[in-house]
Amino acid sequence: MSKKDKVFTVKVRRDFCKGCGLCIEFCKKEVLAASPKLNRMGYNPAEAVNSKACIGCMMCTQICPDLAIEVYSE
Amino acid sequence: MSGNHCIAEAAIRAGCKCYFGYPITPQNELGEYMAANMRKNGGVFLQSESETAAINMVIGAASTGARVMTSSSSPGVSLKQEGLSFLAGFEFPAVIVNMMRGGPGLGNIAPAQGDYFQSTRGGGHGDYRTPVLAPASVQELADLTVKAFELADKYRTPILLLGDGMMGQMKEPVVFPEPITDLPAKPWALKGRGDGPSRYQASLILDGLAMERHNWKLVRKYKEMAEQETLFELYKMDDADFAVVAYGTTARIAKGAINRARKEGLKVGLVRPITLFPFPDKVLQKVAQQVKNFLVFEMSTGQMVEDVRLALENERVVIDFHGRPGGIIPTPIEFSRVIHRYYRRM
Amino acid sequence: MELINKWPEYHKKDVVSHYCPGCGHGIVHRIVAELLEEMDLGKEAYLVCPAGCAVLAYLYLDFDIIESAHGRGTAIATGAKRANPNLFVISYQGDGDLSAIGTAETIHSANRGENISVIFINNAVYGMTGGQMAPTSLIGQSTMTSPAGRNPEVDGYPLHITDVVAQFPGVVYAERVSVSSPAGVKKTKKAIRTAFETQQEGLGYSIVEVLSPCPTNWKMDPVTACKWVDTDMAKEYKPGLLTDKREEKRKEKG
Repeated sequence: MSKKDKVFTVKVRRDFCKGCGLCIEFCKKEVLAASPKLNRMGYNPAEAVNSKACIGCMMCTQICPDLAIEVYSE
Repeated sequence: MSGNHCIAEAAIRAGCKCYFGYPITPQNELGEYMAANMRKNGGVFLQSESETAAINMVIGAASTGARVMTSSSSPGVSLKQEGLSFLAGFEFPAVIVNMMRGGPGLGNIAPAQGDYFQSTRGGGHGDYRTPVLAPASVQELADLTVKAFELADKYRTPILLLGDGMMGQMKEPVVFPEPITDLPAKPWALKGRGDGPSRYQASLILDGLAMERHNWKLVRKYKEMAEQETLFELYKMDDADFAVVAYGTTARIAKGAINRARKEGLKVGLVRPITLFPFPDKVLQKVAQQVKNFLVFEMSTGQMVEDVRLALENERVVIDFHGRPGGIIPTPIEFSRVIHRYYRRM
Repeated sequence: MELINKWPEYHKKDVVSHYCPGCGHGIVHRIVAELLEEMDLGKEAYLVCPAGCAVLAYLYLDFDIIESAHGRGTAIATGAKRANPNLFVISYQGDGDLSAIGTAETIHSANRGENISVIFINNAVYGMTGGQMAPTSLIGQSTMTSPAGRNPEVDGYPLHITDVVAQFPGVVYAERVSVSSPAGVKKTKKAIRTAFETQQEGLGYSIVEVLSPCPTNWKMDPVTACKWVDTDMAKEYKPGLLTDKREEKRKEKG
């Protein structure tokens, strides 16, 4: 199965995200957005609002300074 | 063999694997001996870019569990104080040699004992002490070098070997111990985590209570050393009614002076602290039961005399001081005259 | 479902770092952990962390770590590597640490060609102490100690220390990269991998300078900070290969 046919799921570990917004900035497919709800640390963490659009480019995990994003494939 | 060479040879025999140092008079022969001999046996000799770098290389090597040494003289030892504070805090064993010279500042290159405070009070920043060994002969330089490595490993602390230009340049016969091959295990050393858990050596302890605990832990260690490891020599003290207190080079001079004074009927003896920290308080207190007049003799303006006063603060004794700072080496004749002067006042 | 970005073995799990949002340290820590795993070096790794924000790196990285006095990282690394050449020794330092107070240690460890890998985080500011001017601060850059902007007439010029050491015969590999974009992060990982390979091969000193955002002390949001790295910092400190003498060294070593 080529990467094209794969389905990706993006999960943000809410309580590990400091809401820096870099993943949101660098995601070309607008998969991620800032959550309106604060997390335990008081940040607005990123959340996957459009996981279906993910192409598995891993830009978000590359730029995330806090290992807060998990990308799954199936 | 000269004192500086002797320390180097004794260190190699004590299993010292790494030496890092920077040239400074009057201890250059030590590093030169290491340069000539260390690498032959698979050891490390490295001339560093500064004393600061040398002591930090010592930290790095000590952290891996190796027996390690650096040496310098007064101005260079000032530069090493940062690293000494870290070594004490990390609880890393290492041996640091200071062949003192006249100061302050660049001072001169003649023997002096002006670094007593710096050596025994911690020297660098923070709440710690450095145990100090003060040899007075070339044989003792060898013996105490070996002892310094043993104490460093046993108590996980940097140990200072405190001599002066005289000690370093002096030549005397010496019998070396057999090379030590059976070195103590160091389970705390950083050797790569291997298949076990990772380890770290932190110096920053932000939590106040944890820092305080660490400070008291160091104090307990020093107290244990004071009970177990205090070294001193009593010379002609059996029938003495007057005691000279001196260490290192001045103790040798004092012995000459005491022998002269004895010939003239003065009952003078010598108390020679060999460990300057921990200081032999109890010995002095015991001597104070017999002798009421003490004369502290140093090649400084008066540093160890403060420890003598502290040791004898509850005794009814007279403590006098005679000092020659600045790299002046008093002669036994000169000092015997001083003994006479104070003895007569008794 | 299969997790693609598996947790690096040598990075502690489920800890939230003390680093500010958008700080580059977290990215470089992750890269180091990933590489040690990929290159199978974690078991003999020995990292010297600096006095600076990364002083607490041992809370996040899961291999042997020692803290250093400010600026002395490469001296400690030298001592450790010389005492035990089997260790894989990394010195992780910031700009104040490596190019101000530790200049002598940096220059001389590089000149000796110590077989260590240096990771140099350049964020043009003293981070941990609250944003004072660093040797690497840009001309005109406003910091707590250059409030009107760095003025070269009184403060001197930005120091290009990696370019300096790259000239030394003992410095086998030096590259400048940035972690201000995913592409930059990939290049950073490649550069640090090369640095690690240099040490692994026993060729000598390697250094990777990483231009890294410090949004808090730059008083910018993280996205703007990354852009500032690409526009302003990268203009002063041009990313790219500064030296690669691996072939020469291999030949020398036969």
